[in-house]
Amino acid sequence: MAATVEAVRETTEREVRHVPHRKLVIMAWSGDLDRVWPTLILGTTGAAMGMETTIFFTFWGLFPLVKEDMRITGDNWMQKLLSTMDRPGLEHVKLGKMNFAGAGPAMMRKLARDHHVASPEELIELAKDLGVKLVPCQMTMDLLGLHREDLIDGLEEPAGATTALVEAQDAITLFI
Amino acid sequence: MSATIARTLDMKGFACPLPIAKTAQAIRELAVGDLLEVLATDPGSVPDFAAWSGSTGHELVERSEEDGVFRFLIRKG
Repeated sequence: MAATVEAVRETTEREVRHVPHRKLVIMAWSGDLDRVWPTLILGTTGAAMGMETTIFFTFWGLFPLVKEDMRITGDNWMQKLLSTMDRPGLEHVKLGKMNFAGAGPAMMRKLARDHHVASPEELIELAKDLGVKLVPCQMTMDLLGLHREDLIDGLEEPAGATTALVEAQDAITLFI
Repeated sequence: MSATIARTLDMKGFACPLPIAKTAQAIRELAVGDLLEVLATDPGSVPDFAAWSGSTGHELVERSEEDGVFRFLIRKG
């Protein structure tokens, strides 16, 4: 074994600060890849750190939770039109900037694969396994005409803003 | 407390958050006091494992580096 081996008990004690928050709540508002990705990275990391982690998916944040085989969602023509302009499903999320009709996300995903960065699809499975609570916003579901069966499996029951804020009271909260 | 390594997790080549997230998954399978060895090449994993250890109660017993590979030895708390 190399001489670089060092016992780090003292270092660890010095580096580690008291963690007052044992909960993490993320409001996932955006459906953009460059926001969905860090949302899932922080969510899985929070859970890995033993934090009780909840992600509330609201507004555009809900579209990435739609099942891949759903092409058009919504009950009326306006909701259907929305889903055709912004195709639901995690595989179809766009970049907030430099989207270039999908070339941007494709390049970003290629770079991620080359650098062994987990894809959003892998991260959402990891999140479920680590016990992250993924909560769809009921109001947004009504607004966009999304139904429980349109969304991927493994989500919590849809809830409202009150649930989100009660959950957030003693937590670190992020709005992404 | 046993000094033998119960499991080795090879996260060489993988980027944040996988080394930590997979470690959290792996440590669930171990008993308290068991040693988990993690190998990683992500330089960010050095501060991350120290921070993770402090916030989870799993002890970072040893940290070393050889040819760009970081080795973390963690005792399940």
